[in-house]
Amino acid sequence: MADGMTSAPRPRTAGTGGQGWLQPLLPFLGLGAIAVCLPLVGDSYWSIIASRACIYWILVSGLNLVVGFGGQIAIGWVALLTLGAYTTSVLTAGTVTPAFSPYLALALSGVVGAIAGVIVGLPALRLRTFYFAMTTLGFATIVTQIALAWQSVTGGGVGVAGPVFPAPFDSSWGFYYFCLGLASICTWMTANIAASRFGRALVAIRDSEVAAEAAGISKPMLLVVVFLFSGAVAGIAGGLFASLQSYITPDAFTFDLSVLFFIAILIGGRGSIMGPLLGTILLTVLPEFAAPLVAWSTFLYAALLLVIVLVIPGGIAELLDFKNRRPLERHREIIPRPELLTDLLDANRKGTPLTLETITLSFGGVRAIDGLDLELRPGEVHGLIGPNGSGKTTTLNVISGYYAPDNGEVRLNGAVLAPKAPTTRAGHRIARTFQTPRLIGGASVLQNVMIGGSVDGHCTFAEAMLMLPRHLRDEATLRRSAMAALAIVGLDLLAAVRADRLQHSELRFMEIARALMLRPAFVLLDEPAAGLSAEEIRRLGALIVAITRTGTGVLLVEHHADLIFDICDRVTVLNLGKVLAAGTPAEIRSHREVVNAYLGA
Amino acid sequence: MIESIVVYGLAIGAVYALIGITYNVMFTASRVFSFTAGAVGMLGGVFGALFINRLGLPVVVGFVLSLAGGALVGVVTEVVTVRPVLKSLEQHLYVLSTLAFALLIQQFTAIMWSTEPQPFPRLLPFGPGLLDQQFWIPVLACVATLVGLELLYRRTLVGRAFMAISEDTYAARAIGLPEQGLRMTSFALAGAIGALAGFAGGEVLLAFFANEPMLNFYGFVPVALGGMGNNRGAVVGGFALGLFQQAANFLVGGIFASVAVFVVFIIVLLVRPEGLAGAAAGRRV
Repeated sequence: MADGMTSAPRPRTAGTGGQGWLQPLLPFLGLGAIAVCLPLVGDSYWSIIASRACIYWILVSGLNLVVGFGGQIAIGWVALLTLGAYTTSVLTAGTVTPAFSPYLALALSGVVGAIAGVIVGLPALRLRTFYFAMTTLGFATIVTQIALAWQSVTGGGVGVAGPVFPAPFDSSWGFYYFCLGLASICTWMTANIAASRFGRALVAIRDSEVAAEAAGISKPMLLVVVFLFSGAVAGIAGGLFASLQSYITPDAFTFDLSVLFFIAILIGGRGSIMGPLLGTILLTVLPEFAAPLVAWSTFLYAALLLVIVLVIPGGIAELLDFKNRRPLERHREIIPRPELLTDLLDANRKGTPLTLETITLSFGGVRAIDGLDLELRPGEVHGLIGPNGSGKTTTLNVISGYYAPDNGEVRLNGAVLAPKAPTTRAGHRIARTFQTPRLIGGASVLQNVMIGGSVDGHCTFAEAMLMLPRHLRDEATLRRSAMAALAIVGLDLLAAVRADRLQHSELRFMEIARALMLRPAFVLLDEPAAGLSAEEIRRLGALIVAITRTGTGVLLVEHHADLIFDICDRVTVLNLGKVLAAGTPAEIRSHREVVNAYLGA
Repeated sequence: MIESIVVYGLAIGAVYALIGITYNVMFTASRVFSFTAGAVGMLGGVFGALFINRLGLPVVVGFVLSLAGGALVGVVTEVVTVRPVLKSLEQHLYVLSTLAFALLIQQFTAIMWSTEPQPFPRLLPFGPGLLDQQFWIPVLACVATLVGLELLYRRTLVGRAFMAISEDTYAARAIGLPEQGLRMTSFALAGAIGALAGFAGGEVLLAFFANEPMLNFYGFVPVALGGMGNNRGAVVGGFALGLFQQAANFLVGGIFASVAVFVVFIIVLLVRPEGLAGAAAGRRV
């Protein structure tokens, strides 16, 4: 998928050079200049089309965060446009309530849209892909049926007059500038969100929910604010749409519009702002040049959707992403620089042990862990070894909160860590890596690492949206830490590369950099040496030892016996979910049962 | 009134149940829910009206051709929208590819056939009254389909191969089952069942292109209620939905019925995403 953030304007926080921030802005400024000058070249008919493009974009800009960044398949978004349109029209007309000013009515339809956005979106917290798509589709059907039936308010099939905004926005070009202004604000706000930790978290949820959870990103909290925002702009778009149409009936809000919004985002490319913006303009303007085909328009949109999904799932943004098509150097070597660790971690931190007390966990009839006691001490490498199926990764998943044990507790600092709550672990400074690297494929290496520091972001969604100082400070700190972490693991030269282009060993080190972003008290490494060359394993070992020297405790699940015995301070051997032996590497190496069962002579 | 609620509710419920089975048969073979379930349902009615009313073919011939048409659409669905997506990394794109294909079918029908509901032919000389054929034909079709599928899945080798694929695609391929061919056959079968739904319910629903989104949604509700891939659950869920909807229709009006169905659907999905009779999903870390 396309690298989202490159096409978004990222003033000040972007780039390394002095003028680097201007370049990504240029397409937006160019498009804005054309939009402002449009009245000089077009007649009033064009003002309607251009206004419509602006209105659609106001909605799509918000939907883009849900679909393009968050990866949630919300296909019934036309329901929010309908709600916004009726709210503004009915409140302005004053048939049901006292007549409101159109501006106030427009703002209120934003509020209604925000609430409805959360209601439509809530199922996404539990349901996946097709189910969620179906609920949004169902919602769209229901809203249209209500609009038809609730005649006393909506006028039923006869409809209701749309609002008229007072001068200077009552002329067709005046209204266009009003819409253009709002569309520009939406572009700016969504671009800010996209470039913030909220945008990164959305992409993380889309590409690897498990990695997002380990970084402490709470999907419900994140999606609720995004649905609020997306619903609000959709409601406002609805109000403007009603004004543009000057008269609305339920027929105006066909499912075709939902399809149009959705395709605009897919054509544009997921995780991009410019792409969907171009897609929206294209889809609004195109039918004007193909008047004889108007009856076939939905058919053609559907055909386009099919072609995009099958042929270019990355959309325009991927086609234009030249930077990530440049070949990478072939023979890359990872050379970690553990001496830089003090840039990121305070040396000589004093921590308390992490303890597991009589943990038991069964899957069906299988006892995966059977009464396990374990103590991880700060500043030590603790090896966890054993044959396949002995419960190593399961233990790690219990500590990091993915599994709830049937019995027993995980304690840190005297407090019991909540079972089955993986998003809480980052707050306790417990970081982890995964047996199969969990990368956020559509994001850059730098962004992948920055995700690891999500819990250290302090600014709110609104602050990020409006680029207030606290957000800028957050970003600067996170970026600095992430660059430091990348330098430590030796990947700093690949910071700007899209993560799914890295090779396997690099992904392993990238995950370690992401874990370091937490300035962790404990790091849980799940087979970090798997797939690495002998030289890389040696460097990895040195890096792990250096990390523990700063006071971090490491739990190392590994099959490479050499690595374990080289670097571990203590080793626990599991067999069938029970401790077979525990002690120093020297003791384990000479333990008769371990040698027989696992190590071999 | 109670009688008309029951007969009408059972008839429409049978159609929903059959669409639910259509979803299930495709899902069992591919782990894909396809939006074309509603499309073949809609086409069943349109094909029936086209072959029998407009072209004047005998009822039996029209029936066979309608099911064949549905099966063909099923095969095309598999080849065009499912197979390429299952090969790619982003498998959830099937939601979009099948949605796009369903929309293509719907729009093509609207333009080439009609945007107005067209009458569906009477198939048999029974009626009118509460035992009118339009009420019991869908129920008969639904029960026959359920029994037929149970026999197929449990008693025949091909049916067991279907089950093997749905349990574990890789293992099925490893023991030499022609996975792709079986998947295509399943989609053809699903297409025929969907067309049967539209054909059997033709007199109630008419031959109307806009039946597609309606059937897509109301046909999926039984799947959500009964659990993915569970045909008996879909039949029970379908009849329950039909009766509930008709009761609400008669008692408090259609809008409330739609809203109530939607609310129940959301609540069931949120509380038990695996369906009222389904089992929870396995590990993911």
